[in-house]
Amino acid sequence: MTASHNHDPDHQDVPSDPALRVKALESLLVAKGLVDPAALDALVDTYENKVGPRNGARVVARAWVDPDYKKRLLASGTAAIAELGYSSNQGADIGVVENTHQVHNLIVCTLCSCYPWPVLGLPPVWYKSAPYRSRAVIDPRSVLREMGTELPADVELRVWDSTAEQRYFVLPERPAGTEQLGEEQLAALVTRDAMIGVKKVMPQLEVGRR
Amino acid sequence: MNGIHDMGGMHGMGPIEYLETEPVFHEAWEGRTYAISCAVQSTGKLRLGLRPPIENIPAGEYLRMSYYERWLISIIERMVASDLLTRDEIETGRPATTSANAPLALSPADALAAQFKIPATRLSVQIGARFRLGQAVRARNINPVTHTRLPRYARGKSGTIERDHGVFAFMDTSAYSAGENPQHVYSVRFAARELWGHEAAPHDAVYLDLFEDYLEPA
Repeated sequence: MTASHNHDPDHQDVPSDPALRVKALESLLVAKGLVDPAALDALVDTYENKVGPRNGARVVARAWVDPDYKKRLLASGTAAIAELGYSSNQGADIGVVENTHQVHNLIVCTLCSCYPWPVLGLPPVWYKSAPYRSRAVIDPRSVLREMGTELPADVELRVWDSTAEQRYFVLPERPAGTEQLGEEQLAALVTRDAMIGVKKVMPQLEVGRR
Repeated sequence: MNGIHDMGGMHGMGPIEYLETEPVFHEAWEGRTYAISCAVQSTGKLRLGLRPPIENIPAGEYLRMSYYERWLISIIERMVASDLLTRDEIETGRPATTSANAPLALSPADALAAQFKIPATRLSVQIGARFRLGQAVRARNINPVTHTRLPRYARGKSGTIERDHGVFAFMDTSAYSAGENPQHVYSVRFAARELWGHEAAPHDAVYLDLFEDYLEPA
């Protein structure tokens, strides 16, 4: 966290008040036998260290090098993702939508924060925030432009507002000039933002990009 | 409900505060809040869904609060509504002497396993589908004061059934433990111009997953 975000309500380095309330709540729940602090540790560790966009990147890279896998992925995302060992509660039904020269896909949850957690981990703050949620459905092309993604007018933009039981993630286009790369090297190019659909995959990873 | 959470299509929310990288949890309490919510949910004793209490937060407070502050309010409200906790206990920070819950706490292994299993919202019951692929439908104009997953911006608008996801518990009622009302959920394609008028790009579209009860033939 940097100090420059102190005044943004969706950033969380403000008051100690919630910290104290959560601490008191945890003590109470432990005393009542409702939670085990070791289980809370394990859950935090899982979401901080074990699930995240590297999972999704491996799914994408596999789909790029293995046409049969890609077919299964697009037909039944949940099952194909589970083949690589990723599955979880919030993402039990994952639909995979493919970007092509003609179609670009973008994911949002206008009502809350639905997100394909097993493949991307927990969502970033901007994804859950009012500006993104309000604009992504009515003015998605300007949202993309802000992210540095200019879509030609003849490309069809599909916005997936994941309102109900389905979570979505984007299978980005494999960039030109990556024909020589292996699956691992390809996975290293695939960013979280490309799998949300706000950016494209670049043939070379810039330092600091996600 | 027509609350501030239903913000698709609104103007005036300010710029997107994009960060290239950020920690999963910005503060330790956020991770604890999230973990408490997961762990208590996995006991199976909650009778109220995550989202109704969040949607009941007054609009001004909702916008001022951070994401996990809303989650903190939600898990407390859910536990109170489910008789797992009293407001008095929250105030004093001590279990009431009359508190006689059998220990429900999941072990670390069970709590983790619960995260990685299929949720109960997809139902295996066989129910006929009212709509077929390619059919023209209209989202009903409903304005429930309770939880719904039909955003305001789609109400009264026409679209096309693109996919049948199968049968799920109807969240408008099941979030309150008021019945599963199992029904089909469809992916419905709405042309951007149908939703937003002729300023919208001609070929763009928004896809929404909608419960059958939200739809009528167009």
